Amino acid sequence: MVEPATGSADLELSGLIRRFGTVTALAGVDLAVRAGELLTILGPSGSGKTTLLKAVAGFEMLDAGDIRLKGRDITLAPPARRNIGMVFQNYALFPHMDVAANVAFPLEMRGMAKAAIAEKVAWALQTVDLAGYGARLPRQLSGGQQQRVALARAVVFDPGLLLLDEPFGALDRKLREQMQLEVKRLQRRLGLTTLFVTHDQEEALILSDRIAVMKSGQIEQLGTPEEIYARPANRFVADFIGESNLFRCRVSAVADGMATLTGEGGLTLRIVAGTLTAIGSEIGALLRPERPRILVPGETAGNMAEGEVVEAVYLGESVKYALRLVGGGSLLVRLPFKAGHGMLSPGQRLRLGWDPADMHAVPWS
Amino acid sequence: MSAGLLGLRRDGPAIAMGTVPLLFLLLLFVYPVARLLSFSVEGGNFAHFEKALTDGLYVQVFLETLRIALIVAAICLVLGYPLAYGLAIASPLWATIGFAFLLLPFWTSVLVRTYAWMILLGRNGLLNRTLLDLGIIDQPLALLHNRTGVIIGMVHVLLPYMVFPIYSVMRRVDRQLLSAAEGLGASPTQAFRRVFVPLTLPGVFAGATLVFVISLGFFITPALLGGGRVMMIGVQIERLVRQFLDWGLAAAVAIILLAAALGIAALLRRLLRGDLTWS
Repeated sequence: MVEPATGSADLELSGLIRRFGTVTALAGVDLAVRAGELLTILGPSGSGKTTLLKAVAGFEMLDAGDIRLKGRDITLAPPARRNIGMVFQNYALFPHMDVAANVAFPLEMRGMAKAAIAEKVAWALQTVDLAGYGARLPRQLSGGQQQRVALARAVVFDPGLLLLDEPFGALDRKLREQMQLEVKRLQRRLGLTTLFVTHDQEEALILSDRIAVMKSGQIEQLGTPEEIYARPANRFVADFIGESNLFRCRVSAVADGMATLTGEGGLTLRIVAGTLTAIGSEIGALLRPERPRILVPGETAGNMAEGEVVEAVYLGESVKYALRLVGGGSLLVRLPFKAGHGMLSPGQRLRLGWDPADMHAVPWS
Repeated sequence: MSAGLLGLRRDGPAIAMGTVPLLFLLLLFVYPVARLLSFSVEGGNFAHFEKALTDGLYVQVFLETLRIALIVAAICLVLGYPLAYGLAIASPLWATIGFAFLLLPFWTSVLVRTYAWMILLGRNGLLNRTLLDLGIIDQPLALLHNRTGVIIGMVHVLLPYMVFPIYSVMRRVDRQLLSAAEGLGASPTQAFRRVFVPLTLPGVFAGATLVFVISLGFFITPALLGGGRVMMIGVQIERLVRQFLDWGLAAAVAIILLAAALGIAALLRRLLRGDLTWS
């Protein structure tokens, strides 16, 4: 994936604070969204991501902090003066206006001439593949079509920023994947700086140029999807993004750039030391389920574990196994499903191996 | 066991429960009203209808009734829409207080309220006295025994019928649509005018129809506040029966009123159908 041009930040958030009574929804958020990039705010419900979105859109006031869009301070600007296109969770199409009138609405509000409006509306509907649907009412459209209208309405006035508030939640899986790709393509093509809010980590990994993981009103980590997935900054991010095995360990030795870890039940792991130097410090060793491979008899690897299958789940191209390790403890692995190989059944034992580089250390506390 | 028997078993209790009220209505309401209305075609001809529809007096009465009903509906709308909006956006406490003020008179007898208005609106009534004492007017205003008095009284009685349908529609309007409109560049006023008002029109039409149709047949308030000088259909029918004992003509006028009310209600329904129920 190509990194968007670095440098100019289109949307700059600094020190955003918002409290509701004793609850702190935003606890000092700093974030810069680069021009043309799609940045995802990912977090569980209650993480403050919705408050952040509303604050950017102008529907929620802040206790402290500023918001700048393309260099302009919009902290106190009413929503109408922010020039931000937003796609709401339930699309918020005006039910009494036909598709063309919905898309024309932001242009009319900007006092554009009739002929110019008609031209822009036609362009926007063409862009979302809805040319010829102008005279339909929203209720006569399918969910996916309604979303395209919402998208057309949000981009038709050349907004400085596009906001997407969990827009795919109401669609079924297949349509959702299709719309995700379409939105991404449209966003790229129009070069729209986009802030996308979701709780769905899979969606975030697919769509984003960068992801900001939020928890308790703060950004826990900001990085590309690859960074967030492979090198989470802490246990929360490791656990929230994708499936993971997290072993609670102590650093028992460091030598030649390799650290030896000791975990519960006599588990010994080897990991690339990196910044791990303090012997005795407590860390979490992260291993993604797709990393381990089955060892043939006699084969060895940097890290090895033996266990018994407790549960097997067929996923099509792979099989997910929950294992009970010999020394106690459990391990989740996802192994490619090869025809003829068959599926292991509960009770079977297997020996797995993986490289020190397959693991990533996060602070335990 | 046959399906028919099963069906009967299932519907049996429902039929039994529906029968008693139905018989009650047929016997004590539909039959007497039908008998009464049948007076209009006594003698097997439509002479009464002809008189009711051609006699200048009755045409006058119909037009006056229509005019008053329209004015009352219009005033109720002008007062009721902001009132309903206030109730719809008020905090629960204020909404409760507002509803109490709206419902308390609603539960009080129309007769009592009409007499209260006579005291307030009279030549020496509270309103005129206050205005005179304050020096705002130097002649008492004629507020009683004329169209103004009738309209004031009717608006007071019928206002809740306008407020409730509008309120219920307003509560169902998705607030996010207003946020969306503002996000797209609309000022709060534009969002209100272009999005909120159109979405509440079904409530406006329902309330206006209700008030208008009820106004057409209103009797007590025009009779008392009009003091016999404001001729609405209800008043005229009562006079035909009590003073002239002309049951046939009264029945004919009543049927015309009924037909007009049904016709207007049906027309409005037809105008609204499909197009004004957004969902």
